[in-house]
Amino acid sequence: MTNSKGVQRRSLGGLFHRAATLALLTLMAAPAWADYALNLTQGVSEFSERVYGLHMLILWICVVIGVLVFGAMFVSMYLHRKSRGHEPAQFSHSTKAEIVWTVIPILILVGMAIPATNTLVYMHQTGDSDMTVKITGYQWKWKYDYIEDDVSFLSNLDSASNSARQLNSGIDPATVDDYLLNVDNRVVLPINTKVRFLITADDVIHAWWVPDFGWKRDAIPGFVNEAWVEIKEPGIYRGQCAELCGKDHGFMPIVVEAVSRPAYQAWVDEQKQEQLVAEQNVERDWSQEELVAHGQAVYEAQCAACHQLNGQGLAPAFPALAGSPVANGPTEDHIDVVVNGRPGTAMQAFGDTLNEADIAAALTYTRSAWGNKASDTIQPRDVRAAKRG
Amino acid sequence: MSTAETTHHDQDDHHDHGPAKGLSRWVFTTNHKDIGTLYLLFSLAMFFVGGAMALVIRAELFQPGLQVVEPDFFNQMTTMHALVMIFGAVMPAFVGLANWLVPMMVGAPDMALPRMNNWSFWILPFAFAMLLSTLFMESGGPAAGWTLYPPLSLQGGDSFAFVIFAIHLMGLSSIMGAINIVATILNMRAPKMNLLRMPLFVWTWLITAFLLIMVMPVLAGAVTMLLTDRYFGTSFFNAAGGGDPVMFQHIFWFFGHPEVYIMILPAFGIVSEIIPTFARKPLFGYVSMVYATASIAFLSFIVWAHHMFTTGMPLGGELFFMYATMVIAVPTGVKVFNWVATMWKGSMTFETPMLFAVGFVILFTIGGFSGLMLAIVPADFQYHDTYFVVAHFHYVLVTGAVFSIMAAAYYWLPKWTGNMYSETLGKWHFWLSVVTVNLLFFPQHFLGLAGMPRRIPDYSVQFAEFNMWSSIGGFAFGLTQLIFLYIVLKASFGKRTEQLPDRVWEGAKGLEWTVATPAPYHTFDEAPDFRDEDVAHGDVAH
Amino acid sequence: MAHADGGYYIPHGTRWPIVGSIGLATLTASAANFMNGNGDFWLIMMLGGLAIVLFMMWGWFGTVIRESEQGTYSDQVDVSFRMGMIWFIASEVMFFAAFFGALFYARQFVIPWLGGDGTGLATQQFLWPTFEAAWPTNGPEAIGGEFALIPAFGLPLINTLILLSSGVTVTLAHHALRHENRRALVVWLAATVALGFLFVGLQSWEYVHAYQDLNLKLTSGIYGSTFFMLTGFHGLHVTLGAIMLLVILGRCLRGHFTPQHHFGFEAVAWYWHFVDVVWLGLFVFVYIL
Ligand code: HEA
Ligand code: HEA
Ligand code: HEC
Ligand code: CUA
Ligand SMILES: [Cu+2]
Repeated sequence: MTNSKGVQRRSLGGLFHRAATLALLTLMAAPAWADYALNLTQGVSEFSERVYGLHMLILWICVVIGVLVFGAMFVSMYLHRKSRGHEPAQFSHSTKAEIVWTVIPILILVGMAIPATNTLVYMHQTGDSDMTVKITGYQWKWKYDYIEDDVSFLSNLDSASNSARQLNSGIDPATVDDYLLNVDNRVVLPINTKVRFLITADDVIHAWWVPDFGWKRDAIPGFVNEAWVEIKEPGIYRGQCAELCGKDHGFMPIVVEAVSRPAYQAWVDEQKQEQLVAEQNVERDWSQEELVAHGQAVYEAQCAACHQLNGQGLAPAFPALAGSPVANGPTEDHIDVVVNGRPGTAMQAFGDTLNEADIAAALTYTRSAWGNKASDTIQPRDVRAAKRG
Repeated sequence: MSTAETTHHDQDDHHDHGPAKGLSRWVFTTNHKDIGTLYLLFSLAMFFVGGAMALVIRAELFQPGLQVVEPDFFNQMTTMHALVMIFGAVMPAFVGLANWLVPMMVGAPDMALPRMNNWSFWILPFAFAMLLSTLFMESGGPAAGWTLYPPLSLQGGDSFAFVIFAIHLMGLSSIMGAINIVATILNMRAPKMNLLRMPLFVWTWLITAFLLIMVMPVLAGAVTMLLTDRYFGTSFFNAAGGGDPVMFQHIFWFFGHPEVYIMILPAFGIVSEIIPTFARKPLFGYVSMVYATASIAFLSFIVWAHHMFTTGMPLGGELFFMYATMVIAVPTGVKVFNWVATMWKGSMTFETPMLFAVGFVILFTIGGFSGLMLAIVPADFQYHDTYFVVAHFHYVLVTGAVFSIMAAAYYWLPKWTGNMYSETLGKWHFWLSVVTVNLLFFPQHFLGLAGMPRRIPDYSVQFAEFNMWSSIGGFAFGLTQLIFLYIVLKASFGKRTEQLPDRVWEGAKGLEWTVATPAPYHTFDEAPDFRDEDVAHGDVAH
Repeated sequence: MAHADGGYYIPHGTRWPIVGSIGLATLTASAANFMNGNGDFWLIMMLGGLAIVLFMMWGWFGTVIRESEQGTYSDQVDVSFRMGMIWFIASEVMFFAAFFGALFYARQFVIPWLGGDGTGLATQQFLWPTFEAAWPTNGPEAIGGEFALIPAFGLPLINTLILLSSGVTVTLAHHALRHENRRALVVWLAATVALGFLFVGLQSWEYVHAYQDLNLKLTSGIYGSTFFMLTGFHGLHVTLGAIMLLVILGRCLRGHFTPQHHFGFEAVAWYWHFVDVVWLGLFVFVYIL
């Protein structure tokens, strides 16, 4: 039953959509409309389409009420003005009229509340999902854990956007593909599958939002929120963090790549393969050059947001690593800061998010970069030992 | 209906009670008119300070990429802009209007507690000095948004404690101001001025004062918990210790939602004074206006969580807060319809106060409509924390609250200063404001719907066009306000050229129009006598 | 200096508010600096600010008392004062409501959610698998370490009786005042003050006990936070109330107040009852339940 209703609503929604766009188009005259959206997206899930329908319904009700109310005002302002010699009437109340304009809005509101309630109840059905993805927000990146498939990775702003978005970078954002809406590692999801999300955060509140799915949900440290989506069409869907989470709140995008189920399976296998390689990397010995080279890449992706590319940090919130006593001091302390973080500050426990090889490399890199003296190496094994405590 | 006869010029005998000389007049004053003036000038100054911050925001958002400020400073601007505008510009402006007008409207010689009245004001400059000084600290000002959500706000630098204490002081000031207004209205009315003869401005302020008394202490409690979480190791908002960051949001919005009505109810009062004057017709549905105001105030206590739909509340909670929020449209609608009915079949003229009042009704209603859309939970899952919300609240705050304050300024300026402003300049100010403010905020609806989050210093290129328009509108609107500044200062400090009648506007009703223009330093040393037709707009006679 | 046309007294000019503002600004700005660890100098400044505030109160109330005794205040002024006090107490009630709200919310929602109830299922499973909902608690990470409780029916019960009886004594004093029985007035009022300070003393003793023997601290998770913030702010209010009562006692000894006019007395008595009622709430919701 829900289904047949849904179909009907969709086609009606389509009509509404076209009418609305047209109305808005004629409302404002500016060039190049085709480039960007004026209205809410219809999205790619049943829920997002329902939300779109609701949105258009309320919008049009408001437009109609507005036309009536403002129309009456303008008529009055035209007809009943002193300069036209209109004498003021002296009536000051009418119980009948007041009852009418109390009751009618109530009825209209009830009319809105019913579909809204239905849609909300639908959204709350998080049960019987086919797979689960845990999303964790960090300052300023996302971590994804595929619970059943045992895949796990971090997702950062892509490096092209990241260079362009620096103050006075001199790079024209228009030349960057999907400026600020691109990441290094995409979330891959199968279509026509009910995916349940478990959303949480590690430091401050973030919010995970892909407009095409029709919802956003806060990621709250210490709590897990649930939401779900069943994507209808393959494609790439972009979104952003939607809760102020500090200086780089504007720079933690989300990219979802929806693919067919077989393609998804292939992606999972590939991820597993990569994880295997990573495992082996922890076990073996790394050379200094190898560590520094890999470490620089890790540093730029994971650490530079706060400690900056030049290692100078951003006083006073983010300390410089160049010349830092920790980065030049005993390796145990250095490993400890990065693996366990500094609770209560933005310095998070990277032991939870980066693998041992990445941490070892980043540490080795920082110990020799920007004039830091301690040119010793830290091996992945050392980090593993520290992690096990 | 011409200038009403008045019997109050004998007040000129009281020369010995005129204002003191020099600075000490302002620092030590207990006179409600002086204190009202102080509040209004303070508010005007803060409007420009907060506006300058808004222009930093708009300058950075003029085009994609970062050109002007670092992201952290951008967040400081967003936070401070809101705190300054809300606590420094809009609220003090309304308190200033209450100080000037409530005693005159109810026929009282002054506010009920004049010494405390002085203190309510004189806390503010200190509180704002403290708040603004944080911008010059090494760690910068607060950058977690005006809502101060933990844990982010707890990451703030040294400024944090100063901000919290500044908020405590502002709260103290507001509570004392509100208590004074309640006592004045309930205890200082002229004998004939029974409750249902009071002008609507007085009614709306009575209810607003009640809201202030109920919610400012809750804000104080909320920020105190932040303070102890940060400095004394409590765990109110820390899950590891059994607390919850969302708990702060509940407490904050229990204050925050009534707070937004604190910023609109007096505005309703103002336009309910102005529209009848220039329609030359009694206010339609006076009694239902009073009930509607009270209903809005009551409802404002049970809708707070509509700011938190995406925090993952249980279904029942979301439904309750959605329904309760939607209901507010009904009493607010009653008000809008009553204003239209007041205009209907009147004999209207469109002096500047009326222009701003009409602009208020239309543009506030647009803001109300988007508010209603936000109340629909599933839709709010999309709208929340986007520029759609920013557009909503600037329509209700700028073209709502601020427009009403400007309308009030034009309406009563002659009574306050004895000078009539230039109608031509006033009209320029209005029309430029209306055009530019819509250019500023209307495109933000589209930005929000198209997916632009709020509180970001940079955005993806698809949002460029509308942001550019919005920024242009912002600068133009800001410049336009310089006209207002000129008009106000000229009327206040310029030479008096003509003697204005007591009843400055042909259709004006209310006791403030029965005293001399400009209003003498002391009014109503004796309780005034009056006829029903003189005092209020509307069907007060039965 | 002042005029009272139409019977309503309107003071002309006042110096105390600006003194109060300077005091408050000094107090808070110094406190902020001190809390940020900028040195003990700021502690001294803080005390300086507090001294200015106290000086302001001394002067302001002194002026009001003098005017009152001179018979400057009409009945209408009296009503203004009454309204002021009533609404001030209302705002105080709301201040406590914020902290009670935090307590109820934490107990009703947060702790059960952390323990896996309702929407908290995944929260418990993924973040706090070993946490079991119970009250009292210091949370899944047992912040502040294990602690013991103060049993309701020991000292807190005694304190309840003390405060309740102080409510009775202050009412008896009020009756005595209305019947022009000065001796009884002073005796009952003195008893109220004594009970008030006794309460504060016992409460301080309880705090020392909690910190030293029970490891129950402000930092003991949500239980410690709500416990100490609620009882602490209450204790502060009792202290203030007791000082106010002491001032009123002094005024009574000097023969202030008449059976008809004694707003100062009544205001403080209201305040005292308010503090009393808050305690009952605390006793029930913090200690017993
Ligand atoms: C003066 C301030 C003011 C006022 C008056 C309002 C009025 C309303 N607001 Fe607004 N609001 C804010 C200031 C204000 N708001 C601010 C500052 C925020 C953001 C805070 C932040 O996050 O920083 C906010 C955010 C906000 C949200 C949260 C959005 C989000 O973050 O996701 C919601 C959700 O429900 C909301 C709803 C409403 C509603 C339903 C009204 C109603 O009162 C409106 C009622 C009016 C009308 C509806 C129009 C007139 C009525 C008729 C003509 C009758 C007929 C109409 C119908 C039957 C439809 N507001
Ligand atoms: C009453 C409250 C009020 C008022 C009046 C305003 C007025 C304005 N607001 Fe504000 N605003 C808020 C309350 C208010 N705002 C709140 C609560 C927030 C949310 C904060 C948060 O997210 O935490 C917010 C956030 C906010 C944002 C979103 C920021 C973000 O999400 O990062 C923006 C962006 O455009 C903005 C813009 C403006 C502008 C352009 C004005 C204009 O109307 C200002 C006009 C005034 C002037 C411009 C000053 C006048 C002129 C001069 C200074 C002289 C010099 C002039 C020139 C050189 C041109 N505001
Ligand atoms: C979200 C911001 C952020 C990121 C990302 C970040 N740090 Fe930090 N880091 C901090 C902050 C804040 C501190 C200071 C903590 C304190 O006050 O004790 C810090 C401190 C440190 C210190 C100790 C410096 C000292 O002198 O005390 C080291 C070493 C360090 N970080 C290394 C790293 C490495 C390596 C990475 C990347 C893998 C990284 N950080 C990523 C914010 C960050
Ligand atoms: Cu993460 Cu905003
Ligand atoms: Cu609200």
